[in-house]
Formats: sequence, structure tokens, C-alpha cells
Amino acid sequence: MSKLIALAILVVFAGVPLAPLAARLGRRYAAQAAAACMFAGLLLLAPLVPDVLSGQSLIVGWRWLPEWGLNLSFRLDGLGLLLALLILGIGLLIVLYASYYLPDSDRLGRFFALLLAFAAGMLGVVLSENILFMLVFWEITSLTSFLLIAYKYEAHDARIAARMALAVTGGGGLALLAGLLLLGKIAGSFELSDILARGPQIRAHPLYAPTLILILLGAFTKSAQFPLHFWLPNAMAAPAPISAYLHSATMVKAGVFLMARLYPALAGTDLWFGLVSTVGAVTFVFGAYVALLKHDFKGLLAYSTVSHLGLITLLFGLDTPLSAVAGIFHIINHAIFKASLFMAAGIIDHECGTRDMRRINGLFKYMPYTATLGIVAAGAMAGVPLLNGFLSKEMFFGETIGHPVFVSYAWLLPAFATAASALSVAYSTRFIHDVFFNGEPINLPRSPHEPARWMRLPVEILVLLCVAIGIVPQFSVGSLLHAAASAVLRGEVPDYTLALWHGFNWPLAMSLIAFAAGILYYMNRRLLLGVHERYLPRLQSPVAFERFYLWMTRSAEQVMAICDNRSLRRNLALFLLFSISLGGWAYLSGTNGTLQGATAESPPYALALAGAAALAIGSIGVAICHRQRLFAVILLSVVGLVVAMSFVLFSAPDLALTQLSVEVVTITVLLLALRFLPAQASRDTSRLRNLGDLAIATLGGGGVAALCYAMLTRPFETISGFFLRNAVPEGGGSNVVNVILVDFRGFDTLGEITVLAMAALGAHALLSGLRLVPYAASGSSEADRHPVMLAMLVRPLLPLALVVSLYILLRGHNLPGGGFIAGLVTAVALILQYVARGIDFARVRLPIDHPRLIAAGLAIAAATGLASWIFGAPFLTSAHGHVDLPLLGDVEFASAMAFDLGVYVVVVASTLLILTELGALSRRELTRSGTAA
Amino acid sequence: MTHLVILPILLPLAAAVACTLMRSSIQAQRRVSLSAALAMIPVAFLLLERASHGGIDVYALGGWRAPFGIVLVLDRLAALMAALCILLALPALFYAAGGIDAEGRHFHALFQLQVAGLNGAFLTGDLFNLFVFFEVLLLASYGLLSHGNGLSRARAGLTYVVLNLAGSALFLIALGLLYGTLGTLNMADMAEALTRLPAADQALVRTAGAFLVAVFALKAALLPLSFWLPHVYGAACAPVAALFAIMTKVGIYAVLRVSAVTFSAAPFTADLLQPWLMPFAIATIAVGTLGALAARRLGVVVANFIVVSTGTLLAAIAVSSTDAVAAALYYLVHSTLVSAGFFLLADRIAAARGASSDHFASGPPLTNAMALGAGYLTLAIAICGAPPLSGFIGKAMILQSVQGAALAPAAWAAILLSSLLPALVLARTASVFFWEPRPPRAGMLLQLGWPTAAIVLLAAASPLLSVFAAPVAAYARAAAEQLHSPRSYYGAVLGADAEIQRERRP
Amino acid sequence: MELVFSLAIGLLTATGLYLLLKEQTFSVILGLTLLSYGVNLLLFASGRLAVNAPPLVLGGIERHSDPLPQALVLTAIVIGFGMTAYLIALALRAKGESGSDHVDAGADKE
Repeated sequence: MSKLIALAILVVFAGVPLAPLAARLGRRYAAQAAAACMFAGLLLLAPLVPDVLSGQSLIVGWRWLPEWGLNLSFRLDGLGLLLALLILGIGLLIVLYASYYLPDSDRLGRFFALLLAFAAGMLGVVLSENILFMLVFWEITSLTSFLLIAYKYEAHDARIAARMALAVTGGGGLALLAGLLLLGKIAGSFELSDILARGPQIRAHPLYAPTLILILLGAFTKSAQFPLHFWLPNAMAAPAPISAYLHSATMVKAGVFLMARLYPALAGTDLWFGLVSTVGAVTFVFGAYVALLKHDFKGLLAYSTVSHLGLITLLFGLDTPLSAVAGIFHIINHAIFKASLFMAAGIIDHECGTRDMRRINGLFKYMPYTATLGIVAAGAMAGVPLLNGFLSKEMFFGETIGHPVFVSYAWLLPAFATAASALSVAYSTRFIHDVFFNGEPINLPRSPHEPARWMRLPVEILVLLCVAIGIVPQFSVGSLLHAAASAVLRGEVPDYTLALWHGFNWPLAMSLIAFAAGILYYMNRRLLLGVHERYLPRLQSPVAFERFYLWMTRSAEQVMAICDNRSLRRNLALFLLFSISLGGWAYLSGTNGTLQGATAESPPYALALAGAAALAIGSIGVAICHRQRLFAVILLSVVGLVVAMSFVLFSAPDLALTQLSVEVVTITVLLLALRFLPAQASRDTSRLRNLGDLAIATLGGGGVAALCYAMLTRPFETISGFFLRNAVPEGGGSNVVNVILVDFRGFDTLGEITVLAMAALGAHALLSGLRLVPYAASGSSEADRHPVMLAMLVRPLLPLALVVSLYILLRGHNLPGGGFIAGLVTAVALILQYVARGIDFARVRLPIDHPRLIAAGLAIAAATGLASWIFGAPFLTSAHGHVDLPLLGDVEFASAMAFDLGVYVVVVASTLLILTELGALSRRELTRSGTAA
Repeated sequence: MTHLVILPILLPLAAAVACTLMRSSIQAQRRVSLSAALAMIPVAFLLLERASHGGIDVYALGGWRAPFGIVLVLDRLAALMAALCILLALPALFYAAGGIDAEGRHFHALFQLQVAGLNGAFLTGDLFNLFVFFEVLLLASYGLLSHGNGLSRARAGLTYVVLNLAGSALFLIALGLLYGTLGTLNMADMAEALTRLPAADQALVRTAGAFLVAVFALKAALLPLSFWLPHVYGAACAPVAALFAIMTKVGIYAVLRVSAVTFSAAPFTADLLQPWLMPFAIATIAVGTLGALAARRLGVVVANFIVVSTGTLLAAIAVSSTDAVAAALYYLVHSTLVSAGFFLLADRIAAARGASSDHFASGPPLTNAMALGAGYLTLAIAICGAPPLSGFIGKAMILQSVQGAALAPAAWAAILLSSLLPALVLARTASVFFWEPRPPRAGMLLQLGWPTAAIVLLAAASPLLSVFAAPVAAYARAAAEQLHSPRSYYGAVLGADAEIQRERRP
Repeated sequence: MELVFSLAIGLLTATGLYLLLKEQTFSVILGLTLLSYGVNLLLFASGRLAVNAPPLVLGGIERHSDPLPQALVLTAIVIGFGMTAYLIALALRAKGESGSDHVDAGADKE
């Protein structure tokens, strides 16, 4: 049964896609679809009304993310029902009104879709049991309001107003999120029924204050409380139906609704009283004061809305049971009379083509019927007897007298109340007098006359309600109000009598005073206006907002410019310093024994010392002479040589061979690249920066040296014995390193040749279509570039080199060698051919498509790995056996060697691709200069 | 014995080989590449399905058992990340197939190898193998970044490549120190070795661990190592930027994996993150937010959102409770897919605006304003973490899990402001792109094709993630729990009868 | 011996880092090469230093140095070579695009 609550929200949401589709058939249909959805919502809630009026609160829910407090649960109690009726009832009237008010445009579908999305979201807010879901709906209303304010987005002020509203209400929404998360944390549940039951526990919690402040921030932004009110008057850039519906009747009520909703949990503390009543009171007066000064009557109504929201906030802030009742009552009344006023205002705007009350005068003569409606509604706003506004105001006055907090200044609060409502009398009087009387209209764009019958109907209904409630309150809204009140006060509703006549008492007197003062104030408005115009600064909030926004972005730019100067050096330095300090912290904060470990220093060898010396000279030389590039490269090759030697010395023959051959290729590449770079680099770094670099370098180098020493002088336990034991029996090779590479850890090798392949392909992609002017003066003549002698020498070298590399490849599994080294040797041999005879010759000799060859190599390696699937073994499982080969003798073959063949092919092809691409650069250049010559 | 675990690496590798072999015809490459990516989709779901039961699959390459050989390990986290990578790759490829892939050489090969590298990094259980796969995915990303060439790409490329080469060097140093003390490379076995480590070596191992964290922080773009990211991602072409959306997540994954599997084993490595990570994460969020405010192009705004997401994720990881990690995993999936989608959309908008591209200057009215606007609204809501889409759910989770930790108020403020301020930027952008230009052009119908399909797929991710939030969140929680109880991981990788013979050296 | 070895590695690292922070792409490349020498040696050293003990399971060799780091270093060398080659190509591309070999060349051109 209570599932109907969810269904009601759902059916309204369902209209969102429906409306635009209907709009394609014609505007009528769009409106009818929207109205149908809202009406369906009402019908679905109808069967639940009796239970709710009898004081029950119906709850229905589905578990969704329970461990995160997000449950899809809904609640219908008096308060929710009251708001739901306002949302759907007024919503229906708005749809009817809008379907006549809005010009025929392609946006009607969008308008009704957004309107329904908003209505559904608003329903969700008032019907949620789970406060996090309430927030979800809350933000949906903010978003739809943003889009609806910008409905006329051609207008600049509409766009800014929309962004302002989003900024304020969105920000408030985030504060609310934080507040609700804290609230749920304190209460131990995100379900309202739990939270409302745990009021004392919540108010006693240390986190109560921040929670309350954050939640109120959300409420105040939504309900436009001073000083966060400024978005609301600007939101009037939206068409009248929006202003009437969102920005007076419903959405702005979400804030005060939230206060009412959480009243049992949060109210009843000094903090609550202080914050809520103060903010409410200030807003109440401020709004009323500004309203009178507005010449645009929509602006007047907007500020009066601000003022009335302030009044409602104040009523909840006063924090007595009866004031809360008054607050709820005024939510109803204000929604009704303000909606009707805005619709009337919309009609007048529509008819006159302006909203300036200095030009619009004496409309009573032109449109008496609408005028009467407007006058009655405005009377309700002022609190004239026989109208609903009067009743809630009387209750308010009654509560101000003898309020517990102000015992010593008993007169203060009543006086304030009287003064404030005098102001609201004043602006109501201005609206009535300036618009409908006060002489003749002054050159209006259009000549006003009564609007379409149906356009007026919604206004009539609402005004009728004003009167009905005003005269027979108990009959019309008594039960509803009581149900709502008991929901807010958790059943302890004070006894009050809703009646037009309470006899001669203080509130009545206060009303009379307020009326007199208000009218007096209005009559002397010229004076007051003059004072205001002269002395008070007129701040245009849209301009201020845009200025603030630009200031924010600009200062962000400045900050970013400081911390990110986009230089590689800065980024590198940051990374190095970060790593060094993190490592340093980790080392020092760890239980560090001495740097030197247990094992004793092994005696130094003369050879090693000589090597170290050479290495020192080389590396330092490179660092110093890095601008003499050719020289630097030569020194670099020396260092590389020493590294290779150290591999030899410390019994790593494979590494030595690899290092040597890689060295050759690297140096070749560097030399090729040097052709296109100035041989001498400009020195542009300042001494200071050099010192900084030096410091970082020393820190890093020193650290690494220390860590390395610490490691070398410590014994450790390793798993590597396994490889030595199993290389021959399991891997079928006596060169353990190679067996590890192609078998035990073949997967690494696969990844590594992939890297090499990608490096080559990447370079291929980078250098495509690149044109560079070589600096090196060398190679000016063909003879120099392809010396005959060299050609003679290397011609026989190629086949020899190929044989050698094949030998290295084959024996690699058992003796130092293997795919890498063999591949690099082959590559080097071929490069020599290039150097000696020029690319064209080599191209003719080996017509290879290197990228495809690379792919083939990868394919071979991968296929070898896949072969093992046939035997149901994992990827890269190897098999081996003996084969007797001529020349090579007994060779132990392992399937892993096929894998090594793939490695070989990839290495050859990649190296060749890189080198030929670099070589081709210079060739392109030559051909170009050749054609030029 | 299932080969499923290795498919996410081998399939793209094969596709890359095929693409390179038929490099002369872009059409053929597209066909191969797309069909490979499509074939991967069922693989992704099989991986998830297999991992979801809580078992841990170990795939011993070459049949060599851990710790001697390299093993791939499929647990919930690895499956989630690999699946995410696969699901991201498909739309990115769709988009590229719109013609961007033809702007340079070897796009598809590099793209597929990037995917292979990512999956390898997610699946491997061996630290050196992780290094190798880092190199694979990095070199692929270098190539992809400079795809199409041009000055800004070459420049961003230099910074990116050199930085990462420095990072790789540090990675190797860390590996050397770790092997030199622990004598093994398998992450589970390292954990075992940690427990038996003599006190004298502890500082050394701590330092190595710190170096690893630094390398991963560089990949994840944690402040102060985050400044390169917006320029690099802003310079890359849209589909590449979209794929890069998961690159920072590799760093985050590696931090999670290594700290949970290895560092957690011993007290002196377990506290490598906690003392300092939270403030850095918060600062990262702040800088990302500032960057979004300072940006002058939509693409750069999105790139800064990635920095923000890194900060948010690491803030949760700094808390490191099971709740926090679960929240982080949900948010990770969301932010990866959504930011990728936004990169593609930004490129669409730039194309529709012609000369004024995606710069914040009023330009010509958009064609397909309706469709683009709808996509923009969806992705903007999602990426700002506004209700009702997945971003809100993720942020709500992270906020809850961070609550009560040290610096929680600062973290909350940072996370909330990082949704509000960029939202204002996106609102203003929308006003400039969609509302200002008058008269709005009438072209309302959506032109179909690969690129549109790609954006629709990624934009649909966020609504789906919120509709199916319950199962996703449940999976994330299970993954976090599994990660925080590594016993089962050790058992699966090293076997119950783990007598591992070790020699003492020297 | 260990001390000399460590110092050598430290020196390579230091000079490498120093050049890495320079502003010409070519110097950066030199720096990375030096750095990778140092790093490779460190990785190699993680198996400790042993003389006349090649990891070959043949008659006449009874002491074997730790083969695992050697395999790792070999992988590292080849990867390093690929990276260097790619970086050189990239440097040339940047030179071609910006006309300068400064690492941050063309910042203004964007």
C-alpha cells in the first residue's frame, strides 16, 4: 500500500521523457502530458491521506547500499503530505498557466520535461526517509532550477543568474551533504525515523555544532536567507511560471522544510535558537526593506519572498511548539498567495510588456478582474484580515509576546515583529497602489487588457483558497496543519485554535499598529527612496559574481604559473628531491645498523682500480665536456667499455658481450644523431643553477653509493641456487643466464623484446616525414661518405659476421652468447655495410620491410610459447634434446632456442629499423640539397 | 589449468603483431584491432566471474613454480583492473577508428601493446616482471602520445619520456636493493623473506620500498609529481588521452598491491605510507582543482580532473581501512570511465566548434548541440560527483570511509570543493559553448558512427554504475577484504608446502 | 673492492643525474646513458661480486656467481638501449618541430 509513495514520485519522473515526445505533436499535448503525470501523482497519494491525517507516518523502503547508508526508502507523514500537496497541486495550476503563458517555441518540450523533473525531485525531497537520498533529490532540484533559470538563455542575465543559483545552492548542497553524513554518523543511521528518535543523543554529541552549521548552510542557501539570498532575485530572469513555482511556492521552501523535518533532531539548543532566529529575523527585515525600493514589481515580489522565508525561518528559530506550528502554517499561506501573485504579475508583464512600476499605473481601469485578484493576493501578503496571511501573522505576533528567552526585554521581540510587518504592509501597499491605481499608465509598449480566460483560472483558484483559509481555516486546512505539526513536534502538538476572531488582544493591536505604520511609511516613500539612492551603494550582484569568478580563475592561473613552470628540469628536480627525501626518511626512521655490513671487504685488484680510474675520468669528463658533443660521445664509449670490462672481471661474460655490442650500436646511433645537432652547445645555464644541479646529483649519487655499499657488505639468502641446479637437467642448457632468459624467466624476455620492437616502431613513427639540416660539415662529397677502402674491407666481412652470429646464437644456450648478442653482431655487421656503401646499396642487397620483420620475430617467440599449449602446459614451457650437427658437434637443442631465434630476429630488425631511419634522415636531406643544386 | 589468465596479455600482443604485418592497410589494421578488442570483452567478464568466487588463480609461466619462475595471479583486484582496462580500450578504439588512427604510423600496434602492458602489470605476481610490463606500457604510451606528431606533442613527449626514464632507473635501483637483501623477486615470497629479515638490513629494505612508492607516485601523479600530467594528457590525441585515463590508476594499483601483499608482512615496511600520504593526497586534490580553474581548454580541465581523482583515491588509500579501499575501488572504476568519456566528448566539441576548438572563447554555434549537450550534461554531472550519478555515490563512500581519520576535515573540505569549483567551470563552459552562440544552429540529429558510439558507451557507464552500484560496491568490498587478508594470496602463489631452498651469499 | 665498486656506481649516478638536469636534449641523453650504466651495475651488484665464477654449469667451474641478477641486468641493458634509441629519435623530432635542441623549446609557440 505505502509503495504508492515511491510510485507517485516515479510517475512524475516518467513524464520527463514523455513531455518532449508529446511536444512533437503540439504544445497542448506537452502540457496535457505534464498535467496528467502530476495528477496521477496526486491520485496515487490520495488513498494514503486518511492514515496520514490520523497521525501515522507511512514508511516503505528497499535495501540498496546498506553498508554505505544508501537505502531507497520513503516516508509519508503530515509534513510530507502537506508539501506534496503544495508541489503537485500548485504544479498542476502552473502547467495550465504556462501552457497559455509561454510563446510557442521548440523548447516547450524541454520546459515541461524540466518542470516535471523538478517536481519529481521536489517530491523526492519531501517524501524521503533516507536522508542521503533526500540529498540526491535536493541536488536534482538545484540542477533543474539551474536549467530552468537559463530557459531564456539568449539573455545574458539569465545565463549569469543560472550560474549564480547553481553556485550558491550547489555549494549549499555540498555543505548539506557533509552535514547529513555527520548526522548519520552521529545517529548511527541514515533513516529519518531513527534520527528523529535520537534527538537528545544527537544534541549531546561533540560533533553536533559542526553538523548543525553545515546542515543550516544547506537550508539557508536554498531558502535564500541573508546574506546568501542574492541568487533568488536574479533568478527572476526565468519566465513567470518558473518564478511562481520554483522560486516562490516550492523549491525555496525546501530549506525551511528541511528545518521542520529535522526539528526534532536538531532544535532545542541555544545554538539553534541563536543561529536560526537571528538569520531569519535579519532576512525578514532586510527583504521587506529592499522590496519597497524595487521599481520592477517582480523584483518587489522576489524580495518579499526573501522576507517571508526569513519570517518562516524566524518562526522555527523561536523554538516554541506554537511558533513551529505558525511556521508550517505560513509555509502553506505564503505558497498560495505568492504563487497567485507571481502569476498575476506574469499576466501584467505579459499585457504591458514592462515591469517598471514607474510606468505601469492605474491598471484597475484596464483589467479590473485581474486587478481584483492581484489586490486580494497582495492583501494576503500584507496580512489583511479575512485572508490567510492574517492568521499566520497573528500566530507569529502571539508567539513574540512573552517569549521565554527575552523575559528581561519582553517588549523587544513584539516591537521588532510589528516594525517588520509594517514594512511588509508598506511594500504590499506599493504593489497595489502603484500598479492598479496611481493615475494613468505612462507610454506602455502594449495596451493592457484582460488575459485569456484559462490563463486566469489558476490565479482565481489560488485567491479563492486565500479567502477560504482566511475565513474558515479550521475547516479548510485544520486537519492537514495538525497532522503536519504533529509530524514536526513528534505528536506533542500544543492546543491552538484556528479561528478568524480571537477577540481583542495584543496581536490584533500589533496588526493595527503595523498597518498604520506601514501605510504611513509608504506615503513618505519618496523621501526614503531619495535617502537610499543617495547614501546606499548599489551593488549589482551579477556583476559582482562574474568579477569574483574571474578573480578566482585568474588567481588560480597565477598560483599554477608559480608551481608549474612547465620546465623538464623543474619536474625532474622535484621527482629526484621527492625520491631522495622519501628514501632518506625511510632509511633514517628505520632501525639502521651500521652502513657497513657483516661481510669483510674483498681485496681490490690493480686492474679493477685502473678501470675505476678510467671510469671516473670518463664520466666526469662527459659531465664537464657535455657541450663538446663529439668528444663527450667518445668519453662515453670509454665508460661503456669499462663497464663491459667490469662485467668480464666479475664473471658475467654474457653481460660483457651484450654491453659491448649495445655500446657499438648506441654510439653509432648517437653519432648519426649528432649530424643534426650543433657540435658545440650554447652554455646558457646560470652558475647558481649548476650548483643546484650539482647538489642534487651529489645527494643522489652519494645516496646510491652508500646504499650499494651497505648492500654489498651484507650477506643475503637467495633463491638463485635453483637455477644453477636445474639449468642443465630441466632447462637443457649450461649457460644458466641464457636459460633463465629464455626459459625460467622467458616471459620477461618476451616483454623486453616487445619493448625493443616498440622503440623501433615508435622511432619509425617519429621520424616519418621529418626534415632536418645536418650540421656536421663532413660527408659533403660522396667519396668521403663511402670511403672505398672501408668498402673493400667490409665486403667480405658480412658473410663472416653472419656465420659468427649464427654460431653465437646456437651456442648461446650453453656458452656465453644467445639471441641478443647474435642479433646485435648481425646488426652491426649490416650497419658497417650501410656506412661503407650507402643505404641505397644496402637497400638493394637486403630488400627487407623491417617493421614486418620485427613482427615476424615477435610472432616466432610468441608461437614458441604457445606451442606448449598443445601439450597442455602453460605458456612458454620448453622441451629439449640432443642433436648432432656438423661443425658444431653435439649440440643440445631446446625449444627455448626457437624462442631465442625470435629474440634474434627482433633485435636485428629493430636495430636496423632505427639505424636506417636515422640514416635515411641524412639521405632525405642530401637528395633535397641535390635536387636544389 | 586454464589459460584464461594470460589471454588479456597474449590477445593484444597477437593483434599488435598482426597489425604490424599488415601495416600497409589501415582498414585491415582497424578490423584486426577492433575484433581483438571485441574478443577481449567476454574475456573481461570471464575474469570477473572467475575471480568473483574468491578463489585465486595462479598461472606459472613456463611451468616454473613461484618464486623461481614468473607467475600471473588473478585475484579480485587484478580481475577488476584488467576488466576495466579492456572495457576502456574498446570505446577508445572505436573513437580512433573514426580516422585519428590514420594520422601516424603503427597506431593500432602501439595501442594493443599498451593494453597488453597494462594487463600484464595488473596480473603479474613478480616484481621484476612488473618492471618489464611498466616499460612495455610506458614505451607504448610514448609512441601513442606522439601519435600525429606536432610541436606540443613532441614537447610534452620529452618531459614525459625523460621523467619516466628517471622513474624506471629508480625502479631498477629499488629492485636491486630488494633482491640484494631479500634474495627473491616474487611479491609473495618477498613478504615471506621480510618476516625473516635480520634487523641490520631493515633500513635498507625500507629505503628500497620508499623508492618503489616514489616511482608509483610518479605514475599516479601525486603532488609534487603531478605537474606533467595536464600538459601530457592535454597534448595527446583524444583516444590516447582516453586510454591514458587508466595510466595513473596503474600507479595507484601498484601502491595498493605492493603495500598490501609485500609491505604489510613486516612492521618496518607496513608504515611506509601512513605517516605522510594523507597531506600529500589532499594537496594533490587542491592542485588539481586549481588547475581545473586555471585551464583555458576543456581538455585540460578534464586532465586536471584526473589529478583530482588521484588525490581522492590516495586519500582513501592513506586511510587504508577495508571500507576506504572498497570505496576507492568503486570510485576508481567510475573516474576512469567518465574522464575517458569526457576526453572524447571534448574532442567532439572541439571538432564541432572548428577553429575555436575547445578553448573557452565564444565560437560558432554547434552542430548537434542537442546531442552534445546531453552528453556534456551527463558527463559533467558524473565527473563533478553530483547526484544522481556514480560520482556522487563514489564520493559519498569515500567521504564516509575517510571520516574519523587524521586530517579528515581537511580531506572533506578538499573533496567537496573539488566537486564545487570545477562544477562552476563546467557550468561557465556550458554557457559559452551551448548558450552564448546565437542563433543556435538547427542541426539537431545525431550523426552516427564509431566516435559517437564510443562516447555513448562511456557516457552510459556512469548511469549504469549507479544503477548497478550494489553489485559493483559489493565486488569492490570483497576485493578489498581479499587484499587485506594476504594469507590466501601467499598460499595460492607459493603453495601450501612452501619449502623454498635458499643459499647464503657470498 | 666493494667500496671502490660502490663509489664508481655513485659517480656514474651523480654524473648521470647532473647531465639529466641540463637543458640540451643531447646532454640529457648522455646523462640517461651514464645513469643506466650506474643502475645496471647496481642491479648486477645485488648478486654480490665474485671473480672467476661464471654462471656456466660446465666441468672445471665449481664456483658460480649469482646468475639471476645477470639475467635481470641483460634485460635492463636491452630495455635501456631501446629507450635511449627512442629518446634520440624524439629529440630529433622535437628539434625538427621547434628548431631548437632545448628541452623546453617552443613553450611560447603553443
